[in-house]
Amino acid sequence: MAVVTVERKPLTLWERTYLPNIAAGLATTFKRMVKPVETLEYPEVRPEIPKGYRGVPTLVYDPNGREKCVSCQLCEFVCPPKAIRITPGEIPTEDPNAHVEKRPQEFKIDMLRCIYCGMCQEVCPEEAIWLQQQYSMTGYTREEMVNDKKRLYELGGTLPDEHFKWDKKKAAEQAAAHGGAHH
Amino acid sequence: MSDVLFHLFAIFTVACALGVVFNKNAVASALCLLLSLVGVAGLFVLLDAFLLAVLLVLVYAGAVVALFLFIIMLLDMQGGDRKKFTKATIFSSTLAGGLLVTGLVSFATRGQLETDPTVPVVGNTLRAYAEQLFTVYLLPVQIVGFLLLIAMLGVIVLSKKFEGLDDIK
Amino acid sequence: MFDFYFELPLWLRLVLQGTAVILVLFPLAAACSMAERKVSAWIQGRPGPNRTIAPFLTWIPGIQIFQKLGLFQLAADGGKFTFKEDPIPGHVNKFYFVLAPIASMIPALTTVAFVPFGAYFTQLADGTIQALPIALTNLDVGLLAVFALGSLGVYSLILAGWASNSKYPFLGGVRASAQLISYELSMTLSVLPVFLWVNAPGMPGTLSLFDVVQTQSQPGFWGGMWYVFLMPVSAFIFLVALFAETNRQPFDMPESEADLVGGFHTEYGAFKWSLFFVAEYAHMIVGSGIFCLLFLGGWNPLPWVPLQTVTDLIGITGNPLLSGLLAITLFLGKVGFFIFFFMWVRWTLPRFRYDQVMKLGWQKLLPLSIANLIVYALVIAWLETR
Repeated sequence: MAVVTVERKPLTLWERTYLPNIAAGLATTFKRMVKPVETLEYPEVRPEIPKGYRGVPTLVYDPNGREKCVSCQLCEFVCPPKAIRITPGEIPTEDPNAHVEKRPQEFKIDMLRCIYCGMCQEVCPEEAIWLQQQYSMTGYTREEMVNDKKRLYELGGTLPDEHFKWDKKKAAEQAAAHGGAHH
Repeated sequence: MSDVLFHLFAIFTVACALGVVFNKNAVASALCLLLSLVGVAGLFVLLDAFLLAVLLVLVYAGAVVALFLFIIMLLDMQGGDRKKFTKATIFSSTLAGGLLVTGLVSFATRGQLETDPTVPVVGNTLRAYAEQLFTVYLLPVQIVGFLLLIAMLGVIVLSKKFEGLDDIK
Repeated sequence: MFDFYFELPLWLRLVLQGTAVILVLFPLAAACSMAERKVSAWIQGRPGPNRTIAPFLTWIPGIQIFQKLGLFQLAADGGKFTFKEDPIPGHVNKFYFVLAPIASMIPALTTVAFVPFGAYFTQLADGTIQALPIALTNLDVGLLAVFALGSLGVYSLILAGWASNSKYPFLGGVRASAQLISYELSMTLSVLPVFLWVNAPGMPGTLSLFDVVQTQSQPGFWGGMWYVFLMPVSAFIFLVALFAETNRQPFDMPESEADLVGGFHTEYGAFKWSLFFVAEYAHMIVGSGIFCLLFLGGWNPLPWVPLQTVTDLIGITGNPLLSGLLAITLFLGKVGFFIFFFMWVRWTLPRFRYDQVMKLGWQKLLPLSIANLIVYALVIAWLETR
């Protein structure tokens, strides 16, 4: 490629005093000064959280109010900083959700360890753990920084679901049992 | 009132001047010099020579002592050991001190100062001062200025290292 | 109404006046530090300190304006600086270390004694209107006195740098002394044309700042002209030198927080540190005042519109109190603009390198001010002998 040498004009005497540039700089800063400020006054004004933001990991209910976690402990195993501790528990037979395999008896996420990587959400087969829009976790003690099951559900709430995997399975089993009786 | 002030300023000035000589720390000496100059300026004010007082503070206290301090700090002079007196220094300093004392004594006893109140004060206003400077004392001022110029050129020549003729160009 | 005041003994009146001026100047200088934070914030698109408020004052309606302006932050800062622990490092020279901040206050608060900050009109017995200065002292050598005392301000910086006995403060002190010496020459030379113009032959020779303003308040095209139009180069050199003398950006050499941490005040904290800054702002206020007096017509509201025209218009010329207050307000308004200008420049221009500062001072400004002086001397001589 041909090199084109652009002739650089020598600065005029007026330009070499720097005064025009200083004046231009002063004009720039003055314009900036009379514009409205950009700062978000944080505790009163909250930033708009974009979709897909990975905040604090939470547990969610499905629209029927069933806790989606089945305590398979995959998230516990995959968690790089080992922030998750799950104590699995059985579901008693008289429970309306007895057809679901298991549910956690206790679910703890240590937010002092969590690195917000989102691998727990990635690995969860039940879509039960979600990194949602909560971005500020504070506490006065180490214990306060550990989210237990109750708190995780409080933070998570209910998310829409389109699979209803366990209900479908139960319906299929019932249909199979019913159909079997007919055949 | 002004007598008391004169004595206060005089004692202050002399005490600070002694401080300049006897301080081992060069920076402290320079600061004593500064205070001494301020005292002299105060004496000038008592003599109604406001212009001289202000000029003294501006030139000597403001600039010259700052330059002293700058050089002291740049050279990082720490008190250090004093050189022992040699015979030559003892002799010459005794001689100089003797001459000074003789001069002062003769000045105090036999000198006659005109205390004529009709003599106009020339260090008072700018106008009177400038008139004296540009009429009566024009030649001395020019000579002093010329001497200072020569001294400045001498310093430039001395402080530059000349290796050969090329350096001068 | 105020006759009782003039019956007090002279020394008491002087003490009262001096205290009054210092009581105004000191908080004004402190308020400048808040103004600096606010201006820097606005220029950078931030709101600046706007939260602090004394809880027992929140019921007053409209006080939120002062809260937004950071007025209570200023009070809180003042309280913090006064009461926080003030450690003296073990390696410093204690006497001079403590002396330096005190020494910084002396020139800062005494220079204001020579600055007239207004004028008032009184009617003499024969009916003529006379303008009198409002100042602590109206010396014949006013400007020189300000320069002389202002030049003593450098010693506090040098002392602080030297007494701190560590590398960065020391370098800051050395830079301060070199910079101040370099720019004082240009500063002094730049105001000489003004006084050549003021002291026309036949006039009583004067360096009084009040007289400079009076010559800018005369009728006619030349009489009412502010000297910034007549001598723009002088005004420019004086302004640049003023920036350097007050150690403001872009001449922030003694402090240079990028390369010298904090320069001369690295080892200082708490109240001693704040004294340095009150002194710096006091120098700025006095320097801005001198600039306004010399080049911007002092307390005259507009070029070619002297104060007396305005007081005649609203009919308060015969009233010393009202005309004096108007003059002080106008003057303080101009000074306030210059304080803002100092801050505006600070947040616009980057800092010079040290060699650039020296080069600018000795190779550019000094020759320029000498040439300026010679040109004006020749022109004024030609005009006078014509």
